[in-house]
Amino acid sequence: MSLVEIQDVSKSYGTNQVLKGVSLDIAKGEVVAVIGRSGSGKSTLLRCVNGLEPVQAGTIRVNGVKVNDPATDLRRLRQEVGIVFQSFNLFPHLSVADNITLAPRVVKKQRPDEARAVAREVLARVGLEDKLDAYPAQLSGGQQQRVAIARSLAMRPKLMLFDEVTSALDPELTGEVLKVLESVAQEGMTMILVTHEMGFARRFGSRVVFMHEGRIHEEGQAAAVLAEPKTPELKTFLSAVLH
Amino acid sequence: MIREFGLIDVMYLIAAARWTIALTAVAFAGSAVLGLALAILRILPIAPLRWFSATYIQLVQGTPLLVWLFLIFFGLPLAGISVNPWIAAAVAFSVYGSAFLGEIWRGALTSIARTQWEAGASLGLSLAEQLRYVIIPQSIRIAIPPTVGFLVQLIKNTSLAAVIGFVELTREGQLTAAGTYKPFAVYITVACIYFAMCFPLTQWSRSLERKLDVAR
Ligand SMILES: Nc1ncnc2c1ncn2[C@@H]1O[C@H](COP(=O)(O)OP(=O)(O)OP(=O)(O)O)[C@@H](O)[C@H]1O
Ligand SMILES: [Mg+2]
Repeated sequence: MSLVEIQDVSKSYGTNQVLKGVSLDIAKGEVVAVIGRSGSGKSTLLRCVNGLEPVQAGTIRVNGVKVNDPATDLRRLRQEVGIVFQSFNLFPHLSVADNITLAPRVVKKQRPDEARAVAREVLARVGLEDKLDAYPAQLSGGQQQRVAIARSLAMRPKLMLFDEVTSALDPELTGEVLKVLESVAQEGMTMILVTHEMGFARRFGSRVVFMHEGRIHEEGQAAAVLAEPKTPELKTFLSAVLH
Repeated sequence: MIREFGLIDVMYLIAAARWTIALTAVAFAGSAVLGLALAILRILPIAPLRWFSATYIQLVQGTPLLVWLFLIFFGLPLAGISVNPWIAAAVAFSVYGSAFLGEIWRGALTSIARTQWEAGASLGLSLAEQLRYVIIPQSIRIAIPPTVGFLVQLIKNTSLAAVIGFVELTREGQLTAAGTYKPFAVYITVACIYFAMCFPLTQWSRSLERKLDVAR
């Protein structure tokens, strides 16, 4: 069974239809890179998967649980689906440790010492164990994004969504974040990542999905899709991003 | 019998300022509880609650405090509910203050970026938990200066309670002035006591702002 099943999903903001019948199945352990022009609906798709945005038609299932169902406990679902945003969205009033332990303590009712141990462990995984007591404002963008990834990991999600997590970073800082993503992928995490990093998509995306005007326009094995795009839209897109 | 305005009168004025402080404290507590509820109702995604809160705030802000004092002190007894000046003043000031604090705090809450709510929601926090752990703590920093500003206004506005016979600093000043025929000296003293209460508050607000700024 697929971990994520997206079937014929449509989503509009008012009269602006942003997703037009998107279907996508993702197996456990798969890393899917979503690429596409600005405004093609990539972020919207991710936000629908963890229920941040409602959809108008179609179904989304994560681990067999229907996301777009009023009876679904979104709180439960979101414990299994981590999301990391382009702008980090750390809690600026909380230390790194508190950023990471907040949800485990409040949502999963972990004991403070237990949660802190988890925080240490996930921080070590992103190479920031010495920043446990720092505040977000004292960290570089790359470090903040790694903390955001650690915060997500601390919930032990089954699926992680990454929305252009390196786009807000200076080029020198994207490398450290990509390295963390690589190691998370190697540990077997199922990941959907919206990215402009074609190199990363090629190496780690087992599959690449190209979105165009609210539809999945082309998809397939990363290496093949990127080397030999079939549709003119993808060709144009690739030549633009690879300049 | 005209007496001199002496040290003993100053002591009486200071003693009366206790009631100014007491009324301010009760009114602030009432305003804060009601105001927090109003502010939260205003930002919840439940339209009827938002309207209720908005209407309440508009209504109260669009009417003079004095009218609320009269309404409660003279109006409620007509409905068979007897109130003493203390209760009437506490209720009137709470109603009045809650509308202002509700508006101030709503502004502070909405100044926190939507992405902070989303980050909380994405981690599985409920709406109440997002408010409690993410949104409210961040908005406090923004809310402190206008809240202290409100508190200073409140201290000064409690003088209006004199009209329903509540003896606080201003009323005591009136009585002393009438007894001594030294209105100038009396009211300068009264002004100094008000200033002595308000000034430390604004200083405290500034130092808090600085401290909270550093913690960011
Ligand atoms: N909250 C919103 N309200 C209204 N329209 C929105 C909203 N969010 C996104 N849209 C619209 O939906 C469309 C798709 O947006 P989306 O953010 O999914 O694109 P994207 O592929 O992630 O683009 P980018 O690469 O710029 O991040 C755009 O036309 C955008 O204007
Ligand atoms: Mg986007």
